[in-house]
Amino acid sequence: MAEYRLEMRGVSKSFPGVKALDKINLKVRPGTVHALMGENGAGKSTLMKCLFGIYHMDEGEVYLDGEKVEIHNPDEALHKGLAMVHQELQPIPERTVAENMYAGRYPTKKFGPIQVIDHKTMFEETAKWLEDVKMPYNPKAKLGTMSIAQMQSVEIAKAVSLQARVVILDEPTSSLTDNEVEALFRIVRDLKSRGVSLIYISHKMAEIREICDEITIMRDGTYVGSWSMDDITDDEIVKQMVGRELTNIYPPKNDAKAGEVLLDVRGYSSIHERSFQDCSFQLRRGEILGFGGLVGAQRTELMEAIFGMRHISSGEVYIKGKKVTIHRPQDAIRSGIGMITEDRRGTGILGCLSIADNVSISSLDQYVEMGVKLNKGKIEQLVKDNVAKLSIKTPSSKTLIQSLSGGNQQKVLISRWLANNPDILIMDEPTRGIDVGAKYEIYQIMIDLAKQGKGIIMISSEMPELIGMSNRILVMCNGHITGEVQGDEATQERIMSFATQF
Amino acid sequence: MNSKKVNVKDLLINNGIVILILLMVVFVGVTKENFFSLSNFSNVSMNVACRFIIAVGVSGCLITKGTDLSAGRVVGLAACLAGTLLQRADYSGRFELTKNFPELNVWVILLICVALCCVFGLINGIVVAYLNVPAFIGTLGMQMIVYGINLVYTKSVPLGGYRTDYTVIANGNFLGIPYLFIIAIVIGLIMWFVYNYTRHGKYMYAIGGNEAAAEVAGVNVKKTKIIIYVTATALYAIAGFLLGAKSGGAGVNTGNGYELEAIAACTIGGVSVNGGIGRISGVIIGVLVFELLKTCLQFLGIDPNYQYIAQGIVIVVAIALDIRKYIAKK
Repeated sequence: MAEYRLEMRGVSKSFPGVKALDKINLKVRPGTVHALMGENGAGKSTLMKCLFGIYHMDEGEVYLDGEKVEIHNPDEALHKGLAMVHQELQPIPERTVAENMYAGRYPTKKFGPIQVIDHKTMFEETAKWLEDVKMPYNPKAKLGTMSIAQMQSVEIAKAVSLQARVVILDEPTSSLTDNEVEALFRIVRDLKSRGVSLIYISHKMAEIREICDEITIMRDGTYVGSWSMDDITDDEIVKQMVGRELTNIYPPKNDAKAGEVLLDVRGYSSIHERSFQDCSFQLRRGEILGFGGLVGAQRTELMEAIFGMRHISSGEVYIKGKKVTIHRPQDAIRSGIGMITEDRRGTGILGCLSIADNVSISSLDQYVEMGVKLNKGKIEQLVKDNVAKLSIKTPSSKTLIQSLSGGNQQKVLISRWLANNPDILIMDEPTRGIDVGAKYEIYQIMIDLAKQGKGIIMISSEMPELIGMSNRILVMCNGHITGEVQGDEATQERIMSFATQF
Repeated sequence: MNSKKVNVKDLLINNGIVILILLMVVFVGVTKENFFSLSNFSNVSMNVACRFIIAVGVSGCLITKGTDLSAGRVVGLAACLAGTLLQRADYSGRFELTKNFPELNVWVILLICVALCCVFGLINGIVVAYLNVPAFIGTLGMQMIVYGINLVYTKSVPLGGYRTDYTVIANGNFLGIPYLFIIAIVIGLIMWFVYNYTRHGKYMYAIGGNEAAAEVAGVNVKKTKIIIYVTATALYAIAGFLLGAKSGGAGVNTGNGYELEAIAACTIGGVSVNGGIGRISGVIIGVLVFELLKTCLQFLGIDPNYQYIAQGIVIVVAIALDIRKYIAKK
């Protein structure tokens, strides 16, 4: 028997402009749980996608039980005994547990001359497999009626039914309660005892410690190393994950002392139990307040709630000392808040509209004459001013925004808010998907705005950006604000330790 | 060189329907007498006028990724409402319910029709905006409801014997230009202004372009949608009122199926069913082209039953070409 159940050797993968993976190694022994750790964007998901043939790797080899394999699509992976339980499950909620388990491979029987689905066998088999992972759910229950934890068990049962040799769990506990996590770990240990190998992707140190035997750490698409869990401390893990030098790619910060309190959020709690809870913080004039944390820490959700895009169960907002009620984005805009959302395409740009329309849409009230008519000359002037001020590269103001680059789209969105002259600007991942040159320009714009006396909240999952830009950093973990770090005292290790607190 | 060739090809395909029908117009005009005649033009322009007003109403719904299937039935209801209130005092077959009503000014009656019909538009808007019912389903229900109300109200009695101050609105002319045509132009200009020079217009395009982003940008999506559905219904009511005047009568089936013609005309005129795109000028072209198609088929002496088949094909092809443009952009 081969020493390793799964071995990935020297896997490299490039996307246009970036090297996503650079000679990654991953060696998983039979009957062990192997942790795969790294920051957001370290390349964990890309590596798994290469393994499953969703991406085609440029270089590298995969061995299963010592035998070289080539996997071209997820279906082949499944037949070779690789199964993955995704971070975001993709079930068919309106169908039954059994139908979900057997989707695409329904047992059939002859009904006269035609093949029909053998429901009896399907339900019986499903019941058997669920029993096998000690999760005896009703195979006829609709999947949509089950909890996420139960859906996960179904996915795992599916993997078992396929005689999977390697099961990958991608952030399996991100939306589970403690009891559910215990139940999941019971299944994991059970699988382990049967000789199944598991790859466990998670940010949660305590869990890794509890369940994993070995660990591989990745950083910025490179292979850092592999250790036995007994040979490495938590601090060492964090250090290996973030251990990179900060390069000077940020403009000098606004060093003036922060002014009056612009925004005061008190006890904000989501209506969803697992989202942000009891979050309080203040934003002052002239500062850039960074929000750090891992993906899923509920930073975006908190900001969207402040902007009126999500519901809250309790909490108050004070703007310049005055209490305001925000139920929808319009209320927030009237109170002097602007918001650059994380999903530029989904909730930012109006794709099939011109730059002029995109810039002016939030401030049209200012250009109304005689009660109804919009003054197009004034709008044109506004657009021209902004195109010049933020150096937006566009052929004309009538160009459709969807034909611009990401950086220029982002600048258009920033000018949309500037037209309203808000005091507070919330920017969620402001440089995501933007090339390096444009990034610097956006940073410069942010710092200029801070110098003009605006307060800026910046959510960023890129640690160097967070440290390089923020005057103050709040770190969130699992829906709670877990720590505050002053900008000049910030280190990746400190932020990471707050971010992995739970 | 090569890319230019492709562009010409794309241009031809994207405007295939318009080009095809214009060729047909030329063909029919050359081969048939009376096609290029004043009376035919006047006739076409009057038909186009009512259809255009309806299509403009529907275009707002389409631009915001909605639709309005209740259009035709609202046209019918407005025509019947106007009919029952505008019969001659000495007409023998007067409508039971309204025969003792005082004789009101014809414009007051128009306002009454519009106001009553707008109630249904308001309900459409609320159902679509607040209850998040897909517009297709919500307005389909309204289509049946309005038809039912019309049946209950008129008891399926056909209406006629209108006052001359009503019928003259359609049949009269100013310097040889039919009043109907002038009314349609005025409405077109007003709606063009609304679409291009008001906040409401900008919000409408923003919602069609990306509803979630419009919401984040501070657009009052619900209010805007309600205004769109109410405006649309007001336009159907006006169209129904004019249609009654033009035909000199109305019945429960007046306006039946007009919503589909209006949607088809909008699509031919470049109003995208994917939302966010559409101009008043396009709606004019769409309605004109569709009406010319019908007129040409009549002049060619084609069996009316086959005309339906031809119209159906044009609708499907027009929408397929529209979607093709969208997919090509990706």
